[in-house]
Amino acid sequence: MLAVMAIISGFGLGSMYGLLALGFSLTYTVSNTVNFAQGSSMMLGAVLCYTFAVTMKWHMASSIVLPLLLCAIWGVVVERFTVRPFVRRGSSAWLMATLALGIVLENAVLFTFGKEPRSLPSSLAARPLSIAGLGVYPLQLLIPFMGLLMALALHLVFRCTLRGKAWLAVVQNPDAAQLMGINVTGTIAVAYAVSSVFAGGAGMLIAPLFNVSSDMGTLFGIKAFAVAILGGITSAWGVMLAGCSYGIIEALITALFGSPYTNVVTFTLVIIALTCMPHGLFGRAGVKKV
Amino acid sequence: MVRARAVRTVSFWCVAVSALLGSLAASVRAAEPIKVGMVAALSGQSAKSGEGITRGLTIAIDEINARGGLLGGRQLTLIRRDDESNPSKGQIAARELIFKEGVAVLFGGIDSPVSLAIVPLANKEKIPFMGVWAAATPITRNGAKPNFVFRVSAVDELVDKALVQYAVKKYAAKRPGMMLINNPWGESNEKGLTAAIAAAKIETAGIEKFEANDVDMVPQLSRLKAGQADVIFLVANAAPGAQMMKSLERMEWTVPVVSHWGISGGRFPELAGKGAQHVEFIQTYSFFGPQSAVGQRVLAALQDKYPDIKGPGDVTPPVGVANAYDAMQLMALAIASAGSSDGDKIRQGLYAIETYEGLIKTYHKPFSPENHDALNENDYVMVHYVGEQIEPLAK
Repeated sequence: MLAVMAIISGFGLGSMYGLLALGFSLTYTVSNTVNFAQGSSMMLGAVLCYTFAVTMKWHMASSIVLPLLLCAIWGVVVERFTVRPFVRRGSSAWLMATLALGIVLENAVLFTFGKEPRSLPSSLAARPLSIAGLGVYPLQLLIPFMGLLMALALHLVFRCTLRGKAWLAVVQNPDAAQLMGINVTGTIAVAYAVSSVFAGGAGMLIAPLFNVSSDMGTLFGIKAFAVAILGGITSAWGVMLAGCSYGIIEALITALFGSPYTNVVTFTLVIIALTCMPHGLFGRAGVKKV
Repeated sequence: MVRARAVRTVSFWCVAVSALLGSLAASVRAAEPIKVGMVAALSGQSAKSGEGITRGLTIAIDEINARGGLLGGRQLTLIRRDDESNPSKGQIAARELIFKEGVAVLFGGIDSPVSLAIVPLANKEKIPFMGVWAAATPITRNGAKPNFVFRVSAVDELVDKALVQYAVKKYAAKRPGMMLINNPWGESNEKGLTAAIAAAKIETAGIEKFEANDVDMVPQLSRLKAGQADVIFLVANAAPGAQMMKSLERMEWTVPVVSHWGISGGRFPELAGKGAQHVEFIQTYSFFGPQSAVGQRVLAALQDKYPDIKGPGDVTPPVGVANAYDAMQLMALAIASAGSSDGDKIRQGLYAIETYEGLIKTYHKPFSPENHDALNENDYVMVHYVGEQIEPLAK
């Protein structure tokens, strides 16, 4: 019973990490760069949703759509000012620049939104459903569903559409892609916009189960990045499944051995897994076509 | 002759100017404010605690200044710094207040890890450090000689005894479990609760820990449930405490939750939802019920100064306000008794306080070299949330 409860609980938690990690996967797949402001994008989505829905009392649909649009713009800003200038010069400083811009956003939100965590009410996190003796909020079922749906969408876009293949061509050989008429800079900017939309959406889904605060993205961002690496960052399915596995393992260790062992054992397992499979559980070594 | 007269004239003017400068310097010194430093959480999960402490200190300082200040008319000035509940930032803020601002005394905030980080600095620099919320036992019992750390607040060791006694008396607890925040404050309470449970001759169902940003605590709670816990002792601040209540609600486990007071330092009722009403926790003061003359005066001053306070229920968190008010008044008595803003003399001044009729109680010899805690288990009151308000439980 203890294990069953842990699996259900861990699945819900892990899918939150997976959902956020999909954004890391997307930008890496298209541009070989990672947006370390992903946690901040998640926070931005949640904070804007709270502001529109609770503070300004807008209709819920507008409070979801507008923040997603703003997150997309934020993603473009991140790419334009903290990734593109460094990649052009062959520098890896975008690592630090994206992280720094995320910190700037967190502090800007701290001063404008406020210093205290707030609660974002949702009818999907009000009354739990009973599954195997454990109450599960409908939102906890929606999160993995959304995650798997997005992973499927990414998979189909990359495999079955011309645009998806164009995106993959950008990372293989940007110059050749440009010669073939693909707008390389535009493609990368769109990837960043979509990745920020994923993060903002994840923030809105997670906030009713947690809270809304300027620093909420920090913890999730770190774990989501660990999950992205564990799953194999170029595999959307892998990232999502690694997220769920990570959450379940974390919960199982806590339930079976006790909370003092959770982080020690979980991260030891992550290191072992990556030692055995350096490209992640579901990733493949990159092939450079020449 | 002319030369001698010139020398006399110059001498006269030198003496006159010196006297004038001397008297000017004396009057400047008299007018120079006594700086009171405060390092507390003014942002983040426990921001409300910092606001409460600020209000308690401010009301006390206003009263003292209205009486003519201290040390011959010097006014008190409060200088606040935000520790963001982060020990490193707290220590940096304390350093800045001591070395740059030159504060005479320091007041602490809600977070025990932050206070524990400031303790060695206060003892080294000989600056009296008054705790008004953080309850970890080693804050005042830190082994330093001389010890510059004092407290008008609860002490974990005593709180833990009171919580166990309450659970045994009200719920006939035989197998309580612990849910503790994974930091030095949680550790301090783990020791205290373990000792108190052993003293009550009952056994624990388990000790579980969680991080401040944990979302789901079902695994930890499942272990306690499997261990047949009949009461849960909660030690956490508002946000993680709220996550625990949400997890409990999802498990549909209606176990009594008896909590330390950290949950009252933030927006616990909003974050925890309806689960907040089921937690019983400890405070050192309640503004509800019949109030002493001091209580009436402080409540009136609070209502006068802060428009959001309409009645006793709006003084949140009451413990921050009440502890800070009494602590500031006691510190003022010590400064007056010391006759100086020198740290060591103020420390001696705190020992010299005989009687002070305060908000929480009438203090008789609140501090001595052996005891740096002005409050004890007889000063605690059990409360719960009714809506957003903290109200005392029927005894």
